[in-house]
Amino acid sequence: MATNINQKMTDMTLVQAVTDALRVKLREDGTTLVLGEDVGKNGGVFRATDGLQEEFGEDRVVDTPLSEAGIVGTSVGLAVNGYKPIVEIQFLGFIYPAYEQIMTHVARIRMRTMGAYSVPMVIRAPYGAGIRAPEIHSDSTEALFTQMPGLKVVCPSSPYDAKGLLIAAIEDPDPVLFLESMRSYRSSKEAVPTDKYTIEIGEGKIVREGTDVTLIAWGAMVAVAEKAALEAAEKGISCEVLDPRTLYPLDRELIATSVQKTGRAVIVHEAHAMGGLGTDLVALINDTSFLYLKAPVARVTGFDVPVPLFALEDHYMPTPARVLKSIEQTVHF
Amino acid sequence: METTFPMRRIIGDDGRIVDETMKDLLTAELAWRLYTEMNRIRTFDRKAINLQRQGRLGTYAPFEGQEASQVGSALALEADDWVFPTYRDHGATLTFGADMVKTFLYWNGRVEGCVPSKERHIFPPAVPIATQIPHAVGAAWAEQRRGTQNIAVAYFGDGATSEGDFHEGMNFASVFRAPVILFNQNNGYAISVPIAKQMNSETVAQKAVAYGMPGVRVDGNDAFAVYFAMKDAVSRARSGGGPTLIEAVTWRYGAHTTADDPSKYRDQERSRDKADPLTRIELFMKERGIFDEERAEAMRTKHQEEIEQAVAEMERFSKPDPNDLFDHTYAVMPAEVAQQKADYFTLRGN
Repeated sequence: MATNINQKMTDMTLVQAVTDALRVKLREDGTTLVLGEDVGKNGGVFRATDGLQEEFGEDRVVDTPLSEAGIVGTSVGLAVNGYKPIVEIQFLGFIYPAYEQIMTHVARIRMRTMGAYSVPMVIRAPYGAGIRAPEIHSDSTEALFTQMPGLKVVCPSSPYDAKGLLIAAIEDPDPVLFLESMRSYRSSKEAVPTDKYTIEIGEGKIVREGTDVTLIAWGAMVAVAEKAALEAAEKGISCEVLDPRTLYPLDRELIATSVQKTGRAVIVHEAHAMGGLGTDLVALINDTSFLYLKAPVARVTGFDVPVPLFALEDHYMPTPARVLKSIEQTVHF
Repeated sequence: METTFPMRRIIGDDGRIVDETMKDLLTAELAWRLYTEMNRIRTFDRKAINLQRQGRLGTYAPFEGQEASQVGSALALEADDWVFPTYRDHGATLTFGADMVKTFLYWNGRVEGCVPSKERHIFPPAVPIATQIPHAVGAAWAEQRRGTQNIAVAYFGDGATSEGDFHEGMNFASVFRAPVILFNQNNGYAISVPIAKQMNSETVAQKAVAYGMPGVRVDGNDAFAVYFAMKDAVSRARSGGGPTLIEAVTWRYGAHTTADDPSKYRDQERSRDKADPLTRIELFMKERGIFDEERAEAMRTKHQEEIEQAVAEMERFSKPDPNDLFDHTYAVMPAEVAQQKADYFTLRGN
């Protein structure tokens, strides 16, 4: 639910919206800390923390050693002892040293202590291919984290959603992995309120209304799905584009309602097919909407190969053409 | 900075004072306190092993032999400090003030055993190796930011020093001058792998040099040596002097857990020869003429009673509640989990 929308707006890119959300919370809540590699003077490798150290000081915006497990591990101690760490991991592909800390401790401490201890923190990580980044910088392994009870996973696709969701994530009593599509960081601008507002975690949105097929996509794939929807419209196919925005917990109701209306679904994600979130969405649709389906649910995903070096990344990523083909196959099943 | 690390001892294997400069600090009161707490946790440890053998407790990780390290370190703390233990440090946490019934419950597979009491900051035992070290650094860093005098202690074994989280935690502690004690119990073995195969350094303490922090090596079976080394480190941390790595050289008499057989990898007869921490302080007390068999017997009886009562309470404890499987994963239960819970309770017929 968006709050206070009747206020001053400024055009922002997604990365500027992230910075703005951080600024809002650093100003408002003295327990918030920004921690990460190069987040201080350098303002982060994507400039997501640009100017924050200058404004809030080295004590609040902290350049840490190059040590992902160390950053997340010390954040567990900070969070259990009254602080609200907002961690930046430079790229999702670099998060794996911290995987054990997230899986074993961050996600689990509330359950292990029956709520006596909790570690509210936000781990921000740019993710995904499509910007010609060097090797290993382009992973989209969100599904490694959606099967982590205790953790929430959020992935905005627009500047407006990014700011509202990041503020909500920082205010959430539980840890949140906040995935930021590098490809969407500066791809477009939109009017974003300059003041504080939140978007509820776990609430998806309909990006485009339609009647023949539901396209489910998040992050950078929302733009791909929208493009495919435009092309499909020219062929007389009406696509509904649904962005879940939160990958765990999923907005089951929104997804079920849309699929029950259209009777068809195409899921688009740049993560690998095997064990990708698409398989869970197929199961969700099966559980909630089986008797409404007019065609099998289709998936357009990254292939089951490692994300390649950038010369091949356009072949790896789902494209509007691949999505369109899948839409047509589904509609004409 | 010190670059060689002789093992500091205050009393020898025979209980005689080897460091005369400490003589006046070795009061009867302190000796009795250390001796009493060591006896208490040893009695707990032996009881737990017996309960496991009788099928009344799950797999258990014993610490017999390490009592001086655990008691000496824990007694140097104050109630507002933070403790981040491993699964073999319940001797330390019991001494620090953990609830004994909860400690038994933990070893009986009950999540209630991980819940800290309101009076003490004790993190649930770390089961993966070394991951609690950065946690302790973070908690200490939080205290430093708030400007308190409180500190944090990370307990860990020799095997943990091979893990990345040990080095990452040491580095963070050092860079941010966190008021934290990295308390290593070098008990000679990581399950079956002896220290000589674990590392090619002469000592654990010397690893402090690389991180620009004081490293201290003490005889971990000398309760006085551990206690005073810890006191020093604690007061340095409280006064803004940053972290300390302490290596307490000790010995695990028994198995890694009740699920393994140490005679497979070492001679258990010889293992028993290591100078026993309780015998040692008892010899000291006798030598100084402060030992009192009647008092010792009363103490032993008191511990037996306390432990029997805790066991009885553990065994009387309410049955595991399936609600607890679902209710504590998030502050607000996600719809999926709520549905799974509802379905499960329907299936069970309630």
